[in-house]
Amino acid sequence: MPLVVRLRSAVCLLGRFPALAGVDLDVGEGEIVLLSGPNGAGKTTLLRVLAGLLPVHAGTAEVLGHDLTVDRRSHRRELSLVGHDTFCYDDLTVAENLRFAARAAGRDGGASEGAMVRLGLERQRDVTHARLSAGQRRRLALAVALAREPRLLLLDEPHAGLDAEGREVLDGVLRAAPSEGRTVLVASHELDRARALARREVAVVAGQVTGLAAAAVDAGVAPAPAVTVEALP
Amino acid sequence: MTLLSELWLVTAKDLRIEARSRVTLAQVLPFGLIVLILFAFALDPDRGLLPKVAPGLFWVAVLLAALLAVSRAFSIEQANSARDGLRLSGLDAGAMFLGKALAVALQLLALEVVLGLGVVLFYDLTPKAAEVLVPAAVAATLGLAAAGTLYGVLAAGLRVRETLLPLLLLPVLAPVMLGATRAFEAGLGLNGSAGEAWPWVELLALFAVIYTTLGFLAFGPLLEEA
Repeated sequence: MPLVVRLRSAVCLLGRFPALAGVDLDVGEGEIVLLSGPNGAGKTTLLRVLAGLLPVHAGTAEVLGHDLTVDRRSHRRELSLVGHDTFCYDDLTVAENLRFAARAAGRDGGASEGAMVRLGLERQRDVTHARLSAGQRRRLALAVALAREPRLLLLDEPHAGLDAEGREVLDGVLRAAPSEGRTVLVASHELDRARALARREVAVVAGQVTGLAAAAVDAGVAPAPAVTVEALP
Repeated sequence: MTLLSELWLVTAKDLRIEARSRVTLAQVLPFGLIVLILFAFALDPDRGLLPKVAPGLFWVAVLLAALLAVSRAFSIEQANSARDGLRLSGLDAGAMFLGKALAVALQLLALEVVLGLGVVLFYDLTPKAAEVLVPAAVAATLGLAAAGTLYGVLAAGLRVRETLLPLLLLPVLAPVMLGATRAFEAGLGLNGSAGEAWPWVELLALFAVIYTTLGFLAFGPLLEEA
């Protein structure tokens, strides 16, 4: 299985604080990997490093075949990140935000329309982001991510703020990801729900990823076992 | 996507946001007009001084309005961490710079038309030599927009960006202020003939080229660090 993510002893400093303190992680194409761990463990930082938003200060980091220590911009068109914020413009409508994101990634109008339908936002298509409810904004953030048709989908607490229907839609997106040629890393505190979707779980503790050697479990056969190793000092 | 289509994608996005939020129309434009009127009050039209200093006052008003327009161009990227979305978009950083600068320039040009009418109305000035004034205004506006966008991204990530931007930008824009005022004075026959405006127009064009090149090259790294 070709690797989409390959980190070795990757370090990321936020100021002088090592938010990632020597991370080793391999993620194969089409995998759904759950990142678990307590608040402040480094899950968000890890996702932002993989997206190229934060630099790798030491170690090696390859994402989608790009060496992030050399260039952390050129792989961005092939990935989407759903973070705590929506990355959308308040004064653009749902349709306009989607169209901008899709076109920026080199996709056509069909991609943005498809993502809108998939996330159930057709009725809000002409509503500006500023007037959406919190749950609708969350759906829009996911739709923006999908409209880019990414090879790598990075999700940071994607279930947060979604209603029951929205969560079902999101779970459907995650289940379909491997068959759509998509690799997913999802950071979540909703472990039961996320474990049922993930093929593998790695624990992030004190800026380090553990459970690298955990065996992948075929999707749909069994939920992934959680592997947690104590934080290194 | 080509550089041109990426550039236009960013310009269209910024102009669409402006068209919907109407900040330039409802805040920046009235601000510029108020500045013109305040100058008129301060210098008293009866003394005959206003028509003589009108070019300088016009460009001071444009400069102050430009600060607001540049600040606005980057404040729309702050809400909802849209700046991170822009970084992740995959768009070429040079195209982002050109797109944002073009959006600012188009807004400023529209603003200058209205402020120009205000100068004619409030300062009793007769417009002439459009063949000099238009190129001078376009070159000055491109320089303002390019330098403004470059310094705008520099200040974008700072908590004190609203106060720091004028401090950084105004000294840099002094050559634009000087060149545009002199070109307008010559063009309007207030100080020399229209032909004497061209060296100033060339200076303005050079400034625009330098800051467009600098911005094209530096916008990406500055956006990453902001």
